[in-house]
Amino acid sequence: MIRLFNVSKRFGGKLALKNISLDIEQGEFIFISGPSGAGKSTLLKILYLAENIFEGQVLIDGMNLSRISSSKLPVLRRRFGIVFQDFKLIPSRTAYENIALVLEAAGQKPGFIKKKVMQVLRSTGMEKKANALPLTLSGGEQQRVAVARAVVGDPSIILADEPTGSLDSASARAILDFLAEYHKKGVTILIASHDLHLMKNTIQGRIIEINDGRIIQKDILP
Amino acid sequence: MTHFLKRALADIRSNKILNLITIITISLSILVVSVFLLFFENAGRVIESWNQGGRAMIYLKEEFNVDMLAQLKTKINSLGDIDKMAYISKTKALDTLKKNTAFQTTFLKTLKDNPLPDALEIKIKSYKNFKTVQTLAQNIKAIDIVDDIEYGQSWLGKFLKIFNLFKITGYSMCGFFFLMALFITANTVRLAFYSRRLEVEIMRLVGATETFIKAPFYIEGIMQGFFGGVLGLGALLITYLMVSSEITQSLASYVHFDIRFLSVKIIMFIIFSSTFLGWFGCYLSLKQIFK
Repeated sequence: MIRLFNVSKRFGGKLALKNISLDIEQGEFIFISGPSGAGKSTLLKILYLAENIFEGQVLIDGMNLSRISSSKLPVLRRRFGIVFQDFKLIPSRTAYENIALVLEAAGQKPGFIKKKVMQVLRSTGMEKKANALPLTLSGGEQQRVAVARAVVGDPSIILADEPTGSLDSASARAILDFLAEYHKKGVTILIASHDLHLMKNTIQGRIIEINDGRIIQKDILP
Repeated sequence: MTHFLKRALADIRSNKILNLITIITISLSILVVSVFLLFFENAGRVIESWNQGGRAMIYLKEEFNVDMLAQLKTKINSLGDIDKMAYISKTKALDTLKKNTAFQTTFLKTLKDNPLPDALEIKIKSYKNFKTVQTLAQNIKAIDIVDDIEYGQSWLGKFLKIFNLFKITGYSMCGFFFLMALFITANTVRLAFYSRRLEVEIMRLVGATETFIKAPFYIEGIMQGFFGGVLGLGALLITYLMVSSEITQSLASYVHFDIRFLSVKIIMFIIFSSTFLGWFGCYLSLKQIFK
């Protein structure tokens, strides 16, 4: 489903990723670990084309990302649910509006949007905070809104970049449990995190360790 | 559409001052353009009324006699653009003069000979175009038996010179203000865009198309243009109501003439143009940002 062939990414003279080759099947739970600056975020950014200049080939469901037209890019991105470490919530919009944005961008009808957004707000325990602005929420609450936004469009792949990075252990656990629920529904999940301990205790899946832009180890989590 | 409209209104609310400045700039530009259009429209009617609807008098030479009339009419008609033609003999002309100047009939009775020439009164079809009238008059004057032709050329020529000068000034001012309004609108959109950069970035990442991202900006530009146009026309209407009667009174000694406000067609044109201006400013800005 996701295939990377010799993917390298250069920032100036420095190689952030070096000849990464990887196959990810539908419904896998992938945990990408490694220290800060190892290339985890860069790898995810290449997948959702926030970084669109790279060497090598990336195929998602047979679609070659190097050849994707700008008109097809939004369609590709709607397959993803993305969770960012810094949440990336629009400060001037309420929690509800931030989540609804995904469905509005996909051209869904208002009735459907309302139903769906309320559903994910309930499932993330954020129903009562629907009308709150992001800056009035705690870090954990903001991340729950960000996760709700990532799942509201029923994506086939969820990409989470350090989703627990700025959270306390209870909030981090809640986020991972929530993502694990989606994994059970058959969604492919890729989480980039340096918190190997938390992952090992929470999820079942494959661990890919990156250091200095290279894959150094591939393990199956128990 | 409701979504885009809501977003555009929310953005206008969050950038009130900037949007207000843009609307005022557009309205001032529209006001200047409208003043000129009001002048042109009314000046056109002044020309028309002074020209008495294209009436001209052809004065014939002494050697003219009625036998020549049919041939002369055919000749003049062959020049084209003649609506009506009536022959006024010198006798009839003198009688009319006597009737119209009753208190001076004693003086007119002392005349041994009729000093007035035979004449033809014509009505020109394309009389609104001075050049056409001038050319036609020259062609008529070139006919042997024609002595002179009078169509108000002296004052009309002078008036048209001033009118054309105003026209050039008007076009230059309109162009200048149009560019200024365009520049301001484009910059407002650019500032609005940069103030919402994070929002745009997030929209892109969640799969929004460019149309989805741009639409609220376009609506904002269109609304600025529309309201700027309405405000500019409103200002012109207030000014018109305040000064039109005074101008009409001042002109009354020269010509019977009522200044009229812009026609519905011109008003629609102005509002459409200002709305287009808002859209175009937005288009230029977004084109540059998204290239």
